Amino acid sequence: MIRVSLPGNLQTLAGTGRMVDVEVSGVPTQRSLLDALEAMYPALLGTIRDASTKKRRPLLRFYACEEDFSDASPDDPLPAAVVAGTEPYIILGAIAGG
Amino acid sequence: MSRVRILVGTRKGAFVLSSEASRKEWKVDGPHFAGWEIYHVKGSPVNPDRLYASQSSSWFGQVMHRSDDGGKTWETVGNQFQYEGTPGPHKWYDGSPHPYEFKRVWHLEPSLDDADAVYAGVEDASLFVSKDAGTTWSELPGLRTHKTSADWAPGAGGLCLHTIIIDPSKHDRIFAAISSAGAFRSDDAGQTWRAINHGLRSEYIPDPDAETGHCVHRIAMHPSQPNVLYMQKHWDVLRTDNAGDEWHEISGNLPTDFGFVIDVHAHEPKTVYVLPITSDQYHVVPDGKLRVYRSKSGGDEWEALTKGLPQKDCYVNVLRDAMSVDGLDPCGVYFGTTGGQVYGSANAGDSWEPIVRDLPAVLSVEAQTLS
Repeated sequence: MIRVSLPGNLQTLAGTGRMVDVEVSGVPTQRSLLDALEAMYPALLGTIRDASTKKRRPLLRFYACEEDFSDASPDDPLPAAVVAGTEPYIILGAIAGG
Repeated sequence: MSRVRILVGTRKGAFVLSSEASRKEWKVDGPHFAGWEIYHVKGSPVNPDRLYASQSSSWFGQVMHRSDDGGKTWETVGNQFQYEGTPGPHKWYDGSPHPYEFKRVWHLEPSLDDADAVYAGVEDASLFVSKDAGTTWSELPGLRTHKTSADWAPGAGGLCLHTIIIDPSKHDRIFAAISSAGAFRSDDAGQTWRAINHGLRSEYIPDPDAETGHCVHRIAMHPSQPNVLYMQKHWDVLRTDNAGDEWHEISGNLPTDFGFVIDVHAHEPKTVYVLPITSDQYHVVPDGKLRVYRSKSGGDEWEALTKGLPQKDCYVNVLRDAMSVDGLDPCGVYFGTTGGQVYGSANAGDSWEPIVRDLPAVLSVEAQTLS
């Protein structure tokens, strides 16, 4: 089970707490993880990635294991610690504003 | 026993204000969707407990919600707004071609005869419709592909379709307004459109009398006189008596004719409300005084309505979707400010009271009269 950390506005929208557990079949990648997350919480469709192009929304970042995966290939395998559930996959709103 | 419900959209959530017909005691419920920018919330005239809400965020994009219990609970509905085909460019601020890109829903206009049908005016400017209570949305591309659309340029708020009015006497007639393209009319339920800007004059475009390019801020209609429309343009307040074929200025004795909101009394088709703003460079009320202006003659002659409103040290703006009227007698008038106040008048504007003072900046106000 992969642990995903959601920013506050998406917690409100999905009706969850900060951490959600997501089951991914096959080799987990960012794409398959986000596909599974959106399938669990359809209200999130289009809020993390563009619903059509699946491109990351510009003001969101994806972190894991103290690294920035925002611009990594969405089809690369996720780090083992994320897949094992010992490290979270963090979806973060970029800092903007005063 | 009648009641009033005010649907308030703010920069950080939605609020529902409710009162009995006396409009003296108000219950404030919210925030709904805390943290989200709520561009508009509006109820169906067919089923007033059916509400539609548009949430927008620079981070998370567009989200839509529907309520079937007057805003007590909400359900997420479809947020996919796909332009048909490959949309052509519009003009950018510098005049260069700029690709069309969906950004947000500015305005929701529920159908007059079907609670499951609702129109959405979006940025970049186009008109969408849902016939399944917001689950799916389809573009009505006739407006976006109007022969003038390659020359449309955004106003400061973006290239937004912010006003949708359905003619209550013939539902296939729809009026829409776009900043800064102008006003448009469809007589075939949104399939085809004609620009209706004759008589508008805008000094900020190369040809002040051009067919399009006018920054229309808001249009209002009284349902009993659907050929009479009132317009608050960037500068100038105008009226048409023939459904937009010809407009004439009615700014008269207003202290400034810049502003955003305009609305019409529920029972007096010639009684019009505006809220003058200092200028396009200074988006606050003039002289530190919050004043609604009312004309009882369809414009030209305006009286300041100040009782109960701050008359010194007030520097707020009132945005284009942030005024509404209820259907009670006397007519209730409501508006919300960028300072977070929602003011109401239970006597057609003669006096005002703050319903709530310290909300986030108000983006939209819609009044519902409930039986």
